[in-house]
Amino acid sequence: MEYFIQQLVNGLTLGSIYGLVAIGYTMVYGIIGMINFAHGDIFMLGGFAALIIFLILTSFFVGIPVALLLLVMLIVGMLMTGLWNWTIERIAYRPLRGSFRLAPLITAIGMSIALSNFIQVTQGPRNKPIPQLVTDVYHIGALTISLKQILIVVITAILLAAFWFIVHKTPLGRAQRATEQDRKMAALLGVDVDRTISITFIMGAALAAVAGAMYLMYYGVASFNDGFIPGVKAFTAAVLGGIGSLPGAVLGGLLIGLIESLWSAYFSIAYKDVATFGILAFVLIFKPTGILGRPEVEKV
Amino acid sequence: MATGTTMTSNTASNMAGDTLLKVEHLSMKFGGLMAINDFSFEARRGDITALIGPNGAGKTTVFNCITGFYKPTMGMITMRQKNGEEHLLERLPDFDITKKAKVARTFQNIRLFSGLTVLENLLVAQHNVLMKASGFTILGLLGLPAYRTAAADAIEKARYWLEKADLIDRADDPAGDLSYGAQRRLEIARAMCTGPELLCLDEPAAGLNPKESLTLNALLRGIRDEGTSLLLIEHDMSVVMEISDHVVVLEYGQKISDGTPDHVKNDPKVIAAYLGVEDDEVEEIEEKLDKGVIEEGTV
Repeated sequence: MEYFIQQLVNGLTLGSIYGLVAIGYTMVYGIIGMINFAHGDIFMLGGFAALIIFLILTSFFVGIPVALLLLVMLIVGMLMTGLWNWTIERIAYRPLRGSFRLAPLITAIGMSIALSNFIQVTQGPRNKPIPQLVTDVYHIGALTISLKQILIVVITAILLAAFWFIVHKTPLGRAQRATEQDRKMAALLGVDVDRTISITFIMGAALAAVAGAMYLMYYGVASFNDGFIPGVKAFTAAVLGGIGSLPGAVLGGLLIGLIESLWSAYFSIAYKDVATFGILAFVLIFKPTGILGRPEVEKV
Repeated sequence: MATGTTMTSNTASNMAGDTLLKVEHLSMKFGGLMAINDFSFEARRGDITALIGPNGAGKTTVFNCITGFYKPTMGMITMRQKNGEEHLLERLPDFDITKKAKVARTFQNIRLFSGLTVLENLLVAQHNVLMKASGFTILGLLGLPAYRTAAADAIEKARYWLEKADLIDRADDPAGDLSYGAQRRLEIARAMCTGPELLCLDEPAAGLNPKESLTLNALLRGIRDEGTSLLLIEHDMSVVMEISDHVVVLEYGQKISDGTPDHVKNDPKVIAAYLGVEDDEVEEIEEKLDKGVIEEGTV
């Protein structure tokens, strides 16, 4: 039983990270109907931003408190990654808006390759390790929970709450939801649609940056191709939960995290990705819009 | 018979400085088709101006040019606001037509945000005011008093229009759940929440039953009396004749008549356009009118 709960905790931690990245996919899809394949690499970029800030802070301010270090890592990382994604949207996606549907998709794939190669060239192809920042571990019976895991889950929960508040309770969120439903009409009511889309990219990137920083903290290494497999899994999470649905993205992320850790624990670790994508295929056969996705209502 | 004189006298009074919207030499070409050909008219402040014409005359195209949906091939559309500011609508990006030039519109086929609630639909229309007050969201998240007042004002304004449109008890329902007539009224209320000086309505009475049509007329008159001018496209002649102050008739992309409802009603060209007669028959009808064979105002 403890073993099972232990795996639940591990799965939840991993799932939080996937969930945060999945929100970026689902938001961009919701608002402009495009799959931003470069989002996984934005997540990787967020990890590197955190790494660089960590190195700068620890070499210039020796003995900086860990809590402050983490806070600066997260906030500056969010700003930097947000700026990156804003730029990408501005130069690579916006000019193609209104072009045929596949054009932005192809650019996104190109952008993804460009970003990971850029990091490979500038940061080197080897894994970049960082020392353990948070080492406290709590034992409850046979259960081991690290402070790291608690932090990841708590930070995710706080961000999700803030994010939910922005989308549902602020004029900005209202504009985003209106743009999602009818872009032209939103513009006619005075909503600056281009700016709203830009902000959506920035928000998605900020969440991915936090996920990247936490991934770095959890595994202790950053690598230029980190964007690929976790990126695809987060995308899977968005599809599983129902692409376009925000609670769906979080639910999908948690499910993928749980499936992965439980499968590794009870069956075979080598086949964990097979299990994840197998379940995705299974869900999509019976519920093509995902778990929480709105079914397409055909108007007669 | 008084066509010439009435038109010139109208044009003269338009020049008096009370012009709100001035469309000059508007032309719109789709490939080889000239949808609008050198069309000019003016809408005065405080008037309900109706744009009528047979199907395919180009009315909606004119609307689309005014509200930034199409960029016209040629011509100039000037919007003069109360404070004297002038905007060339064909040069503004679409969201600025509402934000800066203060022109709002509704559509022939309803375009509400059906997934948002009725109230939220009205709040989206006040986006710019709220965005500014919330310091582009950042200050709003901190709950500053200035933002709270702005938010309360926005809800108050929404409530006002919901009452006008008789939708107050549906405020928290998804807009998509409303009946057709209620959706039409909500669309007008939403357009009014942008605080427009000119409201363009594309066939507001289409598909309404007579009772709903009456409610609509009252709503439109109420809007005019509060100082917003209206420009409407309408097929239902009874609506047009009853509520409009000024009628412009369009056929094949060209203006064929312009004046008061009474004037337009008796214009042989208009009668011909609606009855669908050949050009040479227009003269016949004119003669008949003079002789009194056709009663004036029967069409």
